[in-house]
Amino acid sequence: MRQVSPAAPRDDKRWRMVDARIRRLGNSPEGLIEVLHTVQEAFGYLDHETLAYVGNALGVPPSRTYGVATFYSHFTMKPQGEHTCVVCTGTACYINGAGSIIKRISSELNVEPGETTADNRLSLLTARCLGACSLAPAVVFDNEVQGKLTPDDVMTHLEQLS
Amino acid sequence: MRDNANHRRIPPRVTANVCEAAGCVSLRSIEVARLLEQRLDELDERGTGDATVKRVGCLGLCAAGPLVKIPQTGELFENVTVGSEAFVRLVDHLMAADPTKGARPEPSSFFVHQTPVVLENSGLIDPEDIDDYIAHGGYEALKGALTGMSPTQVIDQVVASGLRGRGGGGFPVGIKWQTVAKSRTSDRKYVVCNADEGDPGAFMDRSVLESDPHRVLEGMAIAAYAVGADTGYVYCRAEYPLAVKRLKTAIRQARRKGVLGQHIADSQFSFHVEVRLGAGAFVCGEETALIASIEGRRGSPRPRPPYPAVSGLHGRPTLINNVESFANIAPIIRNGGEWYAKTGVGRSRGTKVFALAGRVVRTGLIEVPMGITLREVIFDIGGGIIDGRPFKAVQTGGPSGGCIPAELLDATLDYESLAEKGSIMGSGGMIVLDDTSCMVDVARFFMDFSRDESCGKCAPCRSGTTQLRMLLDKIVEGQADMRDLSRLEELASMVKATSLCGLGQNAPNPILSTLRFFRHEYLAHIKERVCPAGVCPIGQKSEVTV
Repeated sequence: MRQVSPAAPRDDKRWRMVDARIRRLGNSPEGLIEVLHTVQEAFGYLDHETLAYVGNALGVPPSRTYGVATFYSHFTMKPQGEHTCVVCTGTACYINGAGSIIKRISSELNVEPGETTADNRLSLLTARCLGACSLAPAVVFDNEVQGKLTPDDVMTHLEQLS
Repeated sequence: MRDNANHRRIPPRVTANVCEAAGCVSLRSIEVARLLEQRLDELDERGTGDATVKRVGCLGLCAAGPLVKIPQTGELFENVTVGSEAFVRLVDHLMAADPTKGARPEPSSFFVHQTPVVLENSGLIDPEDIDDYIAHGGYEALKGALTGMSPTQVIDQVVASGLRGRGGGGFPVGIKWQTVAKSRTSDRKYVVCNADEGDPGAFMDRSVLESDPHRVLEGMAIAAYAVGADTGYVYCRAEYPLAVKRLKTAIRQARRKGVLGQHIADSQFSFHVEVRLGAGAFVCGEETALIASIEGRRGSPRPRPPYPAVSGLHGRPTLINNVESFANIAPIIRNGGEWYAKTGVGRSRGTKVFALAGRVVRTGLIEVPMGITLREVIFDIGGGIIDGRPFKAVQTGGPSGGCIPAELLDATLDYESLAEKGSIMGSGGMIVLDDTSCMVDVARFFMDFSRDESCGKCAPCRSGTTQLRMLLDKIVEGQADMRDLSRLEELASMVKATSLCGLGQNAPNPILSTLRFFRHEYLAHIKERVCPAGVCPIGQKSEVTV
């Protein structure tokens, strides 16, 4: 029996990207992680609606889509703020003061790692290691890596994000 | 199209090799290259094009980026940021330099102690141009193997080289290949490249993929020919977007050139490669977890045997090697296994790439012969400790490794010597610590990492890492007594002995090694309630900083 792909949940152009990826992977359950990457790239995060759609298209039960989405730290089920600030907490960054950077942002902007500020302006995230150890401590502001930062530098950068 | 130096008929007088690996890119080296090109164009009134710009991979000395090297004269320009004095000096020099005259400068001690094999092309070739790789002898080893060697002969060379797994395990690569080659149970076999470089403080694989991706593909293709596989996957971290992009470009170019795909070099051999992205799970570096992840499932390891060499991806024989292991294959086949085995000591042959970072002056990517001493690496190559502070320890092997103290600085870097000292070679992360770091805090940092990354499948790792972390919290807060210390030791040995996979089995290593060499620091926290380095929040509630 030919498998019929379900229709996208919303009339949103971003779904075309996802559908194309699903087709290229031949609707195979194996492609789950690849498809979730595409979904997160398109929408910024994953939610139950997208998981249900992807699971349906790939023939994967909800237990597994949810299991995979929550197992891997790269996937997030929370929408992000307008800007993201990812503080690297790898070993080199840790011993060079990443902790004090996080503490400073947390206390000044009243946001914990993994959360978004109340005005939805900034999401504070941490990374295991960016592999930019020579630039320790490193921080990524909206996909742009900056290195050798002090807490003061970081706060200045954050003010400049508009 | 990129205007590339080696596409010209008349070679340029000088070339500015601008590093475009991730470290320098985050210091705006892409813009540096663009502005440099523009400036040289403006100055080149007669349109001779005798001074050109070339985008290359990692030049090694990441601490002083953005880096620009002039290969014709051997000069290296450091800190060439946009609008800097170094940039102006570089432009003047490029316009005036005459490579036929004047002595080449003495290379810095950062470079003289190194032996590039894996990194021989790094910083020399354009990683996004397959022709440049071929012009430097690329894909010759693959063609040579396909036309002149049987699969068994290829494996014999790898066995003779003495190459051991560079991802950390140290298992002889040749023996692994033999096992997969011998498995005749299946219609199909796979080759998988493990590029899930999860150790914090390690960036060797990232740099190799960003600087010379074809070398890894060539190694995989040779492996596939040797073991009889037709499909390969590169499992790469999603955190490395530039490496993924260059790898995908390389695969596309290699297909077009006919060095990947159907009937490679007009032989009967076909090999297809695809990239699979990781999604941020350290445990996926473990081979059975990695296979689960490629199959689109949660990265939970399973007990071995059966080993992936017998039953791996889709239950078929699967060869899994790390990026650096594959990157060593082409030179081994080109020059012979014996040539490779000439370098090194004891059972550790060849060279090893390390990511040197932490409190050391010259951080960066280095490749040294096995058997070099830690002192040479940290002081001669690394230039010693920042601000001349006292050296305390060097951490190798990340969360699965240990710390080696100053007394053992003359120890050699090889698999056996490091294991004897309670650490491991690991994948090559090397973090230098000075007196500003507290060793109990460092142990707690790694235990927090392992606790967070434990997949939760087996109890010793899931609960053990949490309990160990809680005991360490008590110590850094100054709340622990001597019974806690003996509990810590007992539990660490238990977790090590009973965990299912390498993550749990090695997670206690940072504790055990710091207890072995820095027991006095633990005792100071417990008995005197002081942190000798002044890092720990004695008497306060410790905040989770990571």
